[in-house]
Amino acid sequence: MRGVDVGVAAMPVLSVQDLKMYYLVERRGWVRAVDGVSFDLEKGEALGLVGESGCGKSSLGITILRILPFNAKIFGGKVVLEGKDILQMPEDKFRKEIRWKKISMVFQGAMNALNPVMRVGDQIAEAILLHEDVGRQEALERARNLLKLVGIDPSRANSYPHEFSGGMRQRAMIAMALACNPSVMIADEPTTALDVIVQAQILKLIKDIQRRLGISTILVTHDLSIVADLCDKVAVMYAGKIVELGPAEKIYYRPLHPYTAKLLGAVPSVKGKRRRLEFIPGAPPDLLYPPPGCRFHPRCPYAEEICKKEEPPMKEVNGVKVACHRVEELWNL
Amino acid sequence: MELVKVEDLRKYFEVRTFTLPFTKKPKLYVKAVDSVSFHINEGEIFGLAGESGCGKTTTGRCILRLIEPTSGRILYRGENILDYDKSKMRILRRRMQIIFQDPYESINPRMLIRDVVAEPLRVHKLASSEEELEDMVARALEDVKLVPPDDFMYRYPHELSGGQRQRVAIARALILNPEFIVADEPVSMLDVSIRAEILNVMLDLKEKYKLTYLFITHDLAVAKYFCDRLAIMYLGKIVEMGDVEEVIDNPLHPYTKALVAAIPVPDPKVKIGEIPIIGEVANPLNPPPGCRFHPRCVYAKDICKKEEPPLVEVKKGHFVACHLYSKG
Repeated sequence: MRGVDVGVAAMPVLSVQDLKMYYLVERRGWVRAVDGVSFDLEKGEALGLVGESGCGKSSLGITILRILPFNAKIFGGKVVLEGKDILQMPEDKFRKEIRWKKISMVFQGAMNALNPVMRVGDQIAEAILLHEDVGRQEALERARNLLKLVGIDPSRANSYPHEFSGGMRQRAMIAMALACNPSVMIADEPTTALDVIVQAQILKLIKDIQRRLGISTILVTHDLSIVADLCDKVAVMYAGKIVELGPAEKIYYRPLHPYTAKLLGAVPSVKGKRRRLEFIPGAPPDLLYPPPGCRFHPRCPYAEEICKKEEPPMKEVNGVKVACHRVEELWNL
Repeated sequence: MELVKVEDLRKYFEVRTFTLPFTKKPKLYVKAVDSVSFHINEGEIFGLAGESGCGKTTTGRCILRLIEPTSGRILYRGENILDYDKSKMRILRRRMQIIFQDPYESINPRMLIRDVVAEPLRVHKLASSEEELEDMVARALEDVKLVPPDDFMYRYPHELSGGQRQRVAIARALILNPEFIVADEPVSMLDVSIRAEILNVMLDLKEKYKLTYLFITHDLAVAKYFCDRLAIMYLGKIVEMGDVEEVIDNPLHPYTKALVAAIPVPDPKVKIGEIPIIGEVANPLNPPPGCRFHPRCVYAKDICKKEEPPLVEVKKGHFVACHLYSKG
């Protein structure tokens, strides 16, 4: 390998470091939805953030974008975008310079995310007008171009969301996310409500856009098959923490964390042979009272004393980061 | 041996449109199920798959007469149950049960688990005493691996996880010792790690009680794992039917081909390729003439626009409704 320039070229677009965000539940305490999460996102990279419901993957997305509900509080960490910590930035500045301009989001359930009483073109133009010093006509023209980019006839800019099908609405949402040429796009379950053929078309669109515009993407989903289709890098989340992080092929072919291995064993494949699927006994923990030590230990078949007491540190094994005490002995590494 | 046979089943829903008084406007119908025929053998898991709005749920509910079909015949052990009166139907219902999709909505949140599971027994007056009732509930809970049952009986649904709730729903369906269960997307609301557990419970119960399932799903990967035979529906019609591996690994109908091609696989080296399909699903109020899939089909010929293709057997046990495979 030749030497890599240290400096701007090697710097990740987005670097999240030890990020913590908890929700306050009255009279009961803090729900530790995001609890010490770290990862880097390189330029043009697609990172898949996978985990089951309630693991904190969506919370992580809205923490990065700082669109938190009133009962949520950031307890520490850094979000470094192109070298600047944007977590500490004043809200006013963040709204003008970062949110949507540098980092945008495609929300889950496109049916509900669009304003039903506003023309689609106007909604996209609005995002541009809020962040850039351009005229209305120019913004509308750009909105039409964006619709074209996502495969919708530009004349449909005058339509209302109800005149669009589910797939088209999701395309319009993607156009809106691209409105200000962001460096990072967070897509939170972008295809969950869609039928499989439409889903495949949306995934293809996201891939195309990524390749053409060089946007770095974080795909938040519960579906390991979708991540396999779209992402180069995978972060597996469990109970508010990343348990395994690395290149997709390594993680899928040689999962190191017992949770990742079990989860992959539970996914049926349409291409595979008929087999009895594995499952993980029990349910994820209540994040108001997460278990001590490794949060997966109550469901882990390999748990030992140390797992119940000490939180496993993130170690680098075979080019993959994994948080498991027993990883070396389990796989004879 | 055929347990259920569906012949030419149709269900048309009337659509209410605004009409001025004293004016006449033709009534509009959504043909949710339009001439569907198939049979389910005893001890078999028959899958019904398709995208939203294809009529799979309506078909399942018509078979249980939860929705009254517009026309057709539903034979259960050779008898047309559409001729049954209320009291006869009530007796039959002990033998056919349903599991719904959403365990957060299908279970009354204000009832104890014990009462949720016991309700069918009370409705059919099958327990002679409270003790007997409790015994039967305990056995049903054990069957779905909610053990020890005493830990669950006196809890409320909100104290259980999604997977546990779905097992309660299965216990409730099971307590009458049915022969036939319609499972309508029983795992689509659940997380992957729990999904397999529910499906395994359902497989174990099928072996233990010699059950027959109609499994309704939109997920072909789950269908492949769970079903013996599979029918694919599109706009109210079955377009392809056969052994599950045959239909998924060797699809014949252009729609099934597109559907299978569109499914992502949990393998980073396998990417979704081109999907051979045009446009979007037609409006079910006004389905295209001829083959309903023809406007989206990449192989459509003239005949497809005019004549409806019949469902014909092209290989042993493999049926397809497509002019590409008709003789001549």
